[in-house]
Amino acid sequence: MSIDFTKRTCYTADVEKMKAAHKLLVEVPFKPSLPERGYNNRSLHIDLTTMKVTEKQVTDQMKQIFIGGRGFGLWYLWNAIKPSTKWNDSENDIVISPGPVGGNTQYPGSGKSLVVTLSPLTGVPIDSNVGGYFGPLMKFCGFDAIEIQGKAKNDVIVLIDGQKGVIRIEEAPLESPDSHIAAELFTHEYANDHDDLRNVSVVSAGRGAEHALVGCLNFSWFDVRRGCTRLKQAGRGGIGSVFRDKKVKALVVHAPPVKGDMNHPVDIDRIAKVGVKLHREIHDNDDKQCHMRRQGTAHLVEIMDAYDLLPCNNFQFGKHPDVKNIESKVWDARFTQGIPDGCWYGCSMQCSKGADGHVVKSGPYKGDTVTVDGPEYETAAGCGSNCGIFDRDWLLEANFYCDTYGIDTISFGTLTAFVMECYQRGILNKERTGGLELSWGNAAAQLELLHRIARGEGFGLIAGQGIRRMKKIFSEKGWGDLAFLNDIGMEVKGLEYSQYMSKESLAQQGGYALANKGPQHDEAWLIFMDMVNNHIPTFEDKAEALHYFPLFRTWFGLNGLCKLPWNDVEPADNAMTSEPAKVPEHVQNYCEIFTAITGREIDKTELIRMSEGVYQFQRVFNLRMGYGKRADDVPPYRSVGPVTKEEYESRAERYDKQLKELIFVDPAGKSVDEKIAIHRKYREDRYQKLMDAVYKRRGWTREGIPTLETLKKFKVDFPEVVEVVKHHISKI
Amino acid sequence: MKFLKTDTSACSGARACEKACAMTFFKKEDSAYSCILHQKASGKSDLNVCNQCGACIEVCPVKALSRNKLGVVMVDKKTCIGCFMCVGFCPTVSMRRAPGSREPFKCVSCGACVKACPSKALSLSEKDHAGLPC
Repeated sequence: MSIDFTKRTCYTADVEKMKAAHKLLVEVPFKPSLPERGYNNRSLHIDLTTMKVTEKQVTDQMKQIFIGGRGFGLWYLWNAIKPSTKWNDSENDIVISPGPVGGNTQYPGSGKSLVVTLSPLTGVPIDSNVGGYFGPLMKFCGFDAIEIQGKAKNDVIVLIDGQKGVIRIEEAPLESPDSHIAAELFTHEYANDHDDLRNVSVVSAGRGAEHALVGCLNFSWFDVRRGCTRLKQAGRGGIGSVFRDKKVKALVVHAPPVKGDMNHPVDIDRIAKVGVKLHREIHDNDDKQCHMRRQGTAHLVEIMDAYDLLPCNNFQFGKHPDVKNIESKVWDARFTQGIPDGCWYGCSMQCSKGADGHVVKSGPYKGDTVTVDGPEYETAAGCGSNCGIFDRDWLLEANFYCDTYGIDTISFGTLTAFVMECYQRGILNKERTGGLELSWGNAAAQLELLHRIARGEGFGLIAGQGIRRMKKIFSEKGWGDLAFLNDIGMEVKGLEYSQYMSKESLAQQGGYALANKGPQHDEAWLIFMDMVNNHIPTFEDKAEALHYFPLFRTWFGLNGLCKLPWNDVEPADNAMTSEPAKVPEHVQNYCEIFTAITGREIDKTELIRMSEGVYQFQRVFNLRMGYGKRADDVPPYRSVGPVTKEEYESRAERYDKQLKELIFVDPAGKSVDEKIAIHRKYREDRYQKLMDAVYKRRGWTREGIPTLETLKKFKVDFPEVVEVVKHHISKI
Repeated sequence: MKFLKTDTSACSGARACEKACAMTFFKKEDSAYSCILHQKASGKSDLNVCNQCGACIEVCPVKALSRNKLGVVMVDKKTCIGCFMCVGFCPTVSMRRAPGSREPFKCVSCGACVKACPSKALSLSEKDHAGLPC
């Protein structure tokens, strides 16, 4: 199939008229600067209620303890809100920070922004790691972070113009909030000319984020080959909903042209050396390993299916005969190949694949030709197999609309799968869904649900609130039994699960349910180590992995880094190392680039210690907001074992064998219900034991509360932090 | 397409080419600053230098690499963002980065090394570049 990758519907015809309709509310000059050793040592605070623009100093203590990125976000959020703050209170803060390593153009995966806010889904801080140029470009204007607090009266944009040295807040009434248009328009409005388009990046959400709590943010970059803006998502936790609640239509950054040394690193040769080494490694190995350059993360679809890990029909099953319709070779053929697809300069892994020439077949943009950013694995599995949908073009449609409406594809996929199972079991019906026949595989109905979520209409308004609230609503209306809804509703802490089956990996059950922000696999993905390779057999082994990997991965978020170049390509001799799962050579690369940029010499031990302070602080933050205890770390049983007869019977041989060999119970003569109950007791007991082991390893009490010694050890024993912990420990 | 043709059988290993190149572009004699590198493999001389194949052109995320009228692949330093993906992805490992440099550098078929070579192992040659990346 040959598709003209430059052909798409034009949305910029009225760009001048739209810009002319802007009303300037505030204009504040600032002195543009470039970072020194990765830091500008200042951040920007915008209060949309008072329309005040202020600069804050980034202190040495912040840099030592919180490092940057997610660490800065958590620290600023802590100071901005109270224990009683709700997500839609004016004081809720959206913080975006790229971290000290972010913005280097030599090492793959160095352009990430970390976004932190109080989540409408969980009531605790959410952190989301996103590509696109905004964070690095903001840094090259002169700010290590931006905070957005307060609420505007009407839709506004915030402009940081590092070429002109000015911050502006403008009312922007005419532009669509939908991201595929908003990013395109604002990029053209604020670039000086065609060559300057790539120096603009836009953060936007969409109309869906105005009505749903699963709203995401889109971060743009201008793709010089395609000649259009592309989007990456800060997907998790409803940040887009907070953004639109504050009446922000867009954040726009306009930076000076990027050069390779704008972080002013201590030793650029050292960064370039490891950067070139990794480029070469990707050049040599990607075709033999993960095919990220051609397929992005969508290469995982059939691998997960092969290991019974691909969520199908709301995580009931782990494989499906129709997987061939959404497997990697389908995407290999559908993605435009041969175009550099990095979401920041210098990322030779280039997983930001684009499906050009998609003709929209439903909703407000029906008939338009658009470039779809993705689908990535999570979207293919969440909106696809998990809903029983195995249709390439409908998946592109769902992907496109989720993004442009500002809806998280992961939460949308998981909540739709939940809704479809409720429909299957009669908890929902056509009358309750407003006429939608939400049966497995009904892609048109899935899209119509998405449009209704985006419009905040009827059942769409309910679904858009996420699984936790749906469970309560369905139960209160007498539609379903709460205990069963709790079993099949795939959420912990209020956040929907990402798309991996954890039933047969106890460590991954913990990886999901013990994650600070909720069940997102970016804290830990241990399924192969645990289930496939059996490298961490004991509770202590699993606890060790659930100490190391969440902290190692936290470090990416402190520094503006992407996880993928860490282990989605490996040195050819990685398997021969003592700890292949850690990819030791790449860990050393990270120590090198951090040291080369900041001048702060670190090794692999110090790297983990840096993360641990922030991680412990985040746990206490959860406590401060009324969560963060043992009861909040318990997964739904669907993620632990078989809830229903169909699930048991689909893997009867495996489960019966486990009864005999692990639980020492003879399955003969027992009913399926009896066998399910025995499994459940065994599996839930194991999970409790895992929690005990992990809490101990992390330096927490049996209730999951960090001890005062732990806080002191990692230098986060600030008086207000100690106060929170003391309060909880004294209760015990 | 104008490119530097090498005859390794004639190379005496004097490395005059490296010095001439480094001197021309960086005013240095160090081979770390040379587009052409003399290497020894299994006792034989090898000369590594860009063959103007143009594979790097499509790797560049900002279109900073292009062919000039003579078909020589050039780096536009003003546009380049210094990612060095072209260095890592060069099929012949002939795109280079000099110490302290923000941008990569490569052979531009200037001929300085041709003049400097004492054993006539180098010459500038022409080849049709129709169909190659532009």
